[in-house]
Amino acid sequence: MRLRMMEISVGAFLIAGALALLMLALNVSGLSLSETKQSYTLYARFENIGGLTPRSKVTMSGVLVGKVVNISLDPEQLMALVEMEIDTDVNFLSVDSSASILTAGLLGEKYIGVSPGAEDEMLKNGDVFEDTQSALVLEELVGKFLFNQASD
Amino acid sequence: MVEFIAATGRAGLNRVAAFGRAAIFLMQSLVARPAPLHMLPLLLRQIYVVGVQSLIIIIVSGLFIGMVLGLQGYTILVAYGSEQAVGQMVALSLVRELAPVVTALLFAGRAGSALTAEIGLMKATEQLASLEMIGVDPLRRIVAPRFWAGFLCLPILSAVFALVGVYGGALVGVEWLGIYEGSFWANMQNSVDFFDDVLNGCIKAVVFGFVVTWIAVYQGYDSVPTSEGISQATTRTVVYASLAVLGLDFVLTALMFGDL
Repeated sequence: MRLRMMEISVGAFLIAGALALLMLALNVSGLSLSETKQSYTLYARFENIGGLTPRSKVTMSGVLVGKVVNISLDPEQLMALVEMEIDTDVNFLSVDSSASILTAGLLGEKYIGVSPGAEDEMLKNGDVFEDTQSALVLEELVGKFLFNQASD
Repeated sequence: MVEFIAATGRAGLNRVAAFGRAAIFLMQSLVARPAPLHMLPLLLRQIYVVGVQSLIIIIVSGLFIGMVLGLQGYTILVAYGSEQAVGQMVALSLVRELAPVVTALLFAGRAGSALTAEIGLMKATEQLASLEMIGVDPLRRIVAPRFWAGFLCLPILSAVFALVGVYGGALVGVEWLGIYEGSFWANMQNSVDFFDDVLNGCIKAVVFGFVVTWIAVYQGYDSVPTSEGISQATTRTVVYASLAVLGLDFVLTALMFGDL
């Protein structure tokens, strides 16, 4: 009887350990069990990416549609080249869509906001956003403000 | 002068020899012969003693550490108007650092010292020698199940600690201090990565489990078989295991998160 109680408690202990790890995965780290979504790649060139980093969000009307996977410097145009993965079910971005780097909150993280255009032709895998808007850099804004004040 | 240098050399040689004995001891108890199936009840009993009976202290300390983290994080972060980040702070510090380290320290005090004292007393009362006499290898019968039990239990205890701590932080932050529940959990889930944070924390716990149990069983097996020797061995277990855990934690953290 004593051995039986011990077996039960050890079994419960092991199961509790496995459950704790599972809960850590699902509740704390937000890992989802569904398979990763299919995605396609789009590029955008920015003059200044501010504090954008890989794994930053790509949103459209505030809804998450993809993520930044890579940031590099384009040696020909001397601009930042941002590679992003967009979910395949978001296939209605027309070729004149624009991408801009936005800030969540006053001092929050940087993310890319996509606004759709009006053309009938859609962006395909490997295409580039023609219309982009760089990150707002606080120092530049302050500099412009001071410059305007001085010229008044 | 020469005597001093000789004494230093002797001390160094003794340390190295002890370390070598510990490694040989580990090898002999783990890989000498494959463990037959009838050893499983022994392992079961040790998991019960080492793991299940440590569960209470782990749950209680995890709960209180999570609650303290939530409270402290809230009072600091509310000054910057970013109290939603409490969840992120509690979860990251627990999963990456506090859960494996505090669990290992508590484990060294709660289970490690008991292992050392038990094996040391077996040696003092010549039970180990009698086992050898009747042809049973004490390393396989006494030491190996205790080692495996500790090695298995620490990661489980660490995961339980982290989970209880996170819910303790949520209890204080969300229920008592009124952080909005959605942003508390969403911030946490956005910043905690399963592979980078949770699994690295588990790897730490596995390493600590190995080191703490190894130190505990070796100190017991190598103790001077007198009551004074056993008390010294028990003290050494707690001291060495705690120091090893804290030192290794820095090395592992530097390896895992150093380039972030």
